[in-house]
Amino acid sequence: MDKFEVLRSSAVPLPIENIDTDQIIPARFLKATSREGFGENLFRDWRYDSEGNPIEGFALNDSRYSGKILVAGKNFGCGSSREHAAWAIYDAGFKVVISSYFADIFRGNALNNGLLPLVVSDEMLQRLFVQIEKDPTTELIVDLPAQEFYVPLWEERVSFEIDPYKKECLINGYDDIDFLVNQKEAIEAYENNRPWAY
Amino acid sequence: MAKSLFDKIWDAHVVKSIPGGGLDVFYIDKHLIHEVTSPQAFDELEARNLPLYRQRQIVATADHNVPTKNQHLPIEEPLSRMQVDKLTENCQKFGVELFGLGHQHQGIVHVIGPELGITQPGMTIVCGDSHTSTHGAFGAIAFGIGTSQVTQVMASQCLLLSRPKRMRVTVDGELRKGVTAKDVILYVISKLGTGGATGYFVEYAGSAIRSLSMEGRMTVCNMSIEMGARGGMIAPDETTFEYIKGRKYAPKGEEWEKALAYWKTLYSEEGATFEADLTYFAEDIAPMITYGTNPGMGIALNASIPDHVPASEKVSFDKSLKYMGFEPGESLLGKEINYVFIGSCTNSRIEDLRTVASFVKGKRKALNVEAIIVPGSKLVEKQAREEGIDKILAEAGFELREPGCSACLAMNEDKIPAGAYCVSTSNRNFEGRQGPGARTLLASPLVAAITAVEGKIVDITQYLN
Repeated sequence: MDKFEVLRSSAVPLPIENIDTDQIIPARFLKATSREGFGENLFRDWRYDSEGNPIEGFALNDSRYSGKILVAGKNFGCGSSREHAAWAIYDAGFKVVISSYFADIFRGNALNNGLLPLVVSDEMLQRLFVQIEKDPTTELIVDLPAQEFYVPLWEERVSFEIDPYKKECLINGYDDIDFLVNQKEAIEAYENNRPWAY
Repeated sequence: MAKSLFDKIWDAHVVKSIPGGGLDVFYIDKHLIHEVTSPQAFDELEARNLPLYRQRQIVATADHNVPTKNQHLPIEEPLSRMQVDKLTENCQKFGVELFGLGHQHQGIVHVIGPELGITQPGMTIVCGDSHTSTHGAFGAIAFGIGTSQVTQVMASQCLLLSRPKRMRVTVDGELRKGVTAKDVILYVISKLGTGGATGYFVEYAGSAIRSLSMEGRMTVCNMSIEMGARGGMIAPDETTFEYIKGRKYAPKGEEWEKALAYWKTLYSEEGATFEADLTYFAEDIAPMITYGTNPGMGIALNASIPDHVPASEKVSFDKSLKYMGFEPGESLLGKEINYVFIGSCTNSRIEDLRTVASFVKGKRKALNVEAIIVPGSKLVEKQAREEGIDKILAEAGFELREPGCSACLAMNEDKIPAGAYCVSTSNRNFEGRQGPGARTLLASPLVAAITAVEGKIVDITQYLN
């Protein structure tokens, strides 16, 4: 997993609520057996028509918007548990998704792939949408070690929550597998001592 | 302190808690896998040179990608075939039990677990599929995971998890005629919204829930994820024990007695804490249908689409109705429907097929409708044939297919054409879920069967007396 520390980037806005993982990557594109290449089908049916031509007006096709940060409406990533959604977003070059809340499974999948799901208040989310609309080149700075993000032309810095263990993992590029495999002794002890086993 | 059902099972599976954060090393009893979310996990295991830690606790099947016609022939679509072949190859290499295509126990992963007695009360069960919550109907902690987590369970039989908050959803009273488990859960989701239970694990309780069969309880728990819940569960009772007893992998003899004694301790004690505690009344629930592009956008069949929503939701609401081709405030009654899909891990069990068969017996589907029924498993299909359900369906013009996830997510050939309306017994009405441009209306098997016969959406009450 890639390491994440501080990111400075403009952002792509998607002011739509409840964006589900079927929109992020439709099921018909889940047939690959590797993790790579899903980015080209990210938001496939919002991005391209049935002939494969870009749909005008969709943010990812709008030359005004670019960057490594996706800003999306609340309840981002609901629906299917497909990790392909997180792979597709990351593969398309995004390192952070900002929303006012994330579906649980998507949030976990993102964290396991070095993609930071950053939760802000509803008010802050709206403020970001307005700011990006006004000036699409607006840069955001996400400082993971300090757990802060800010827009340089604003006065204040905004802190965000992240589990301390998950933060360490992202900064160092570690994942849970390394950690869990090292727990083998405790796991075996648990298996041998449980009063009830299936 | 009084403990909830959830806490009893969670606590029994904590290997250790990580100091300083809110994370537990959490033990998994059963791991179900399928062809779509497992190949990258097996690859990762090999890339890291890790063994499969407990292969006997994994069960595999092929369901998401499989054709529902001519399953005895090689899969035509090359990518689907490759994915299904990869699963077979991985299961052989790692020694995992596989109910693959052609096996007498093949079927949708959330249908075969329960029907084979693999799913039992008190267990922790995971699968790389969000509808794993289905198994919670037996009083298990069951939830969907991503592929990285599939690798973690393969490598350690554990996950690193923070404990979710607890929610209880009580439905009291007697369900009205024609109101089924599907209507109950669509009603609850319409009240809570598509993200209303995010961060929670839900326990369903109350007399209306108790009155449901195991099939009905599975339908309810199955859709927990559609309101954002991590999972859903129902305390086991005589209905549960009766269902499990004698199934292939259920405990037998002395083991059964021991299991039963333990399972009877699995309930929420009086005074147990729930961070959210909601009560609904069965009498308020009518047959439901969805009009929008998430499962929270549901109404009673004879109600109208809302004519206004809070300002913050307007953009998404308008986008949704535009996709569906509906107007705010209009009724769905009389809308012509061209496709009816009965299947998916929500509603493809024998009870669902019986409901459809008993309604359509002696009737014909409307000429403008294509109606397909995809059983949840080979066992369901076999039972349907034994009971003569296949003949009733054929006479009514319904096509009984072979088992798989099918048009629920349209990964295989079973797709609804762009712009067409489909009344579906599945779990998601997202844009393009049943095929690019397809318009899905979620409903119960009974409503779906009536729609197929009428060729349009009708108020079903005329049929109930």
